Amino acid sequence: MAGLELLSDQGYRVDGRRAGELRKIQARMGVFAQADGSAYIEQGNTKALAVVYGPHEGMGQGWTQGSQLKGARGRHMQDRERKTGGFVLEIRGSRARALPDRALVNCQYSSATFSTGERKRRPHGDRKSCEMGLQLRQTFEAAILTQLHPRSQIDIYVQVLQADGGTYAACVNAATLAVLDAGIPMRDFVCACSAGFVDGTALADLSHVEEAAGGPQLALALLPASGQIALLEMDARLHEDHLERVLEAAAQAARDVHTLLDRVVRQHVREASILLGD
Amino acid sequence: MASVTLSEAEKVYIVHGVQEDLRVDGRGREDYRCVEVETDVVSNTSGSARVKLGHTDILVGVKAEMGTPKLEKPNEGYLEFFVDCSASATPEFEGRGGDDLGTEIANTLYRIFNNKSSVDLKTLCISPREHCWVLYVDVLLLECGGNLFDAISIAVKAALFNTRIPRVRVLEDEEGSKDIELSDDPYDCIRLSVENVPCIVTLCKIGYRHVVDATLQEEACSLASLLVSVTSKGVVTCMRKVGKGSLDPESIFEMMETGKRVGKVLHASLQSVVHKEESLGPKRQKVGFLG
Repeated sequence: MAGLELLSDQGYRVDGRRAGELRKIQARMGVFAQADGSAYIEQGNTKALAVVYGPHEGMGQGWTQGSQLKGARGRHMQDRERKTGGFVLEIRGSRARALPDRALVNCQYSSATFSTGERKRRPHGDRKSCEMGLQLRQTFEAAILTQLHPRSQIDIYVQVLQADGGTYAACVNAATLAVLDAGIPMRDFVCACSAGFVDGTALADLSHVEEAAGGPQLALALLPASGQIALLEMDARLHEDHLERVLEAAAQAARDVHTLLDRVVRQHVREASILLGD
Repeated sequence: MASVTLSEAEKVYIVHGVQEDLRVDGRGREDYRCVEVETDVVSNTSGSARVKLGHTDILVGVKAEMGTPKLEKPNEGYLEFFVDCSASATPEFEGRGGDDLGTEIANTLYRIFNNKSSVDLKTLCISPREHCWVLYVDVLLLECGGNLFDAISIAVKAALFNTRIPRVRVLEDEEGSKDIELSDDPYDCIRLSVENVPCIVTLCKIGYRHVVDATLQEEACSLASLLVSVTSKGVVTCMRKVGKGSLDPESIFEMMETGKRVGKVLHASLQSVVHKEESLGPKRQKVGFLG
């Protein structure tokens, strides 16, 4: 991307924003009726959908042939299958690994094959998606009050429909709204934003063009009321003198996102109570 | 498939209702639920469509890429289908759980398009034996509320209608090497004719009668279904029986006739909706999932 000026002399970015300006955010809760909680968010051209199921008890049981399972669990199941002569009681999901004192948060990140400019072959299961799933899990375990639901599982499934930079942030924001829509108690909102550093200025909410340029990128997930950081991740080299500025830009952007999400939740509650006739 | 548990009383209620031509939500046996179709929902695709049929939500994106034609058909491009059953439909689809259903639906789509008249593949050829357009049709199943095949085929048809493939020219210089040139005007593109693209009508046998557009609860009461793929002129391109029960030949012929009748009406209304949407032009307000 040589020759593309990420920050002009007048202080405008490629899409006309200022350094600390966010893209337009539009969100909606309660998109799907069948899931426990769902939400949709658009941050500029990045569109993400989050669906929450839970808290529920593992995945339920089912009889299956253990030899169909792959990996270590499959080999273990094959031994049991031999002993029982064909069928094994498979406990899908995590009844086997349910935690006795708190809920298990299970996240899956999936991006549609048509979401990126070049077609992706596998929507989920590749390394990047698995890593994102683990990061989302780490983020939400910090925020959800898991002690209130021991031995149960909360599933958060995030689907990226269109990726134009800041996919992690959009996923976290959508998942926060979905968890709130499901009525699962949380410590605080989780608001996320990305930030970068170009020409001595910290940029907030990077688009795909700015991410592809190869500069340092910081992803931050914040609990706004207390200012606690749930997840912090940075790529590429950045001098430690600049770190505080970039961190502050990301934190301010996350607080701005919080204002917007708060408005969306209140609007949703207002509409729901009108429908209920209160 | 997402499943729902019903008690015996509920099943009996549904079966008796179907017999009297009055289903649980008040529809007749040949009525569809309210279908919402919107095209051009995802911007970095060549064409896209979203269909909401009751609680079933489908998003289809079509991406046009250049490839080499298949050896047995050097003058034609081709379509590739991929179906992703997202975990948001039901937690059973997490990880590889949705792969079986996805493969089944993709194979059905391949079969219904596997004839000369559905899509004119010769328009997708750029230069014979060397370059052609490959249309990757990706279906994303977001919510499962019964009657998946119908909703997916409607979405695929709408997305193909919305597809805009850039016009290219092949330039040949003196040494014989070919260069492909993209047209300068971004709006200069070829559109596909979807006149003969079929739609699937699923008929579920409940008791002694059959219904069109079954909900999840009705599918749980039915033992056998017939998938009929019908074009707008009423031509049947593919037929398949699914389910663990059995059907007698008279039922199959009756269901096929119903499928053709219902299919023609479905095509007519879909055609009018997408044409009306297109006539609103580029200034149309896009709703997507926010509406």
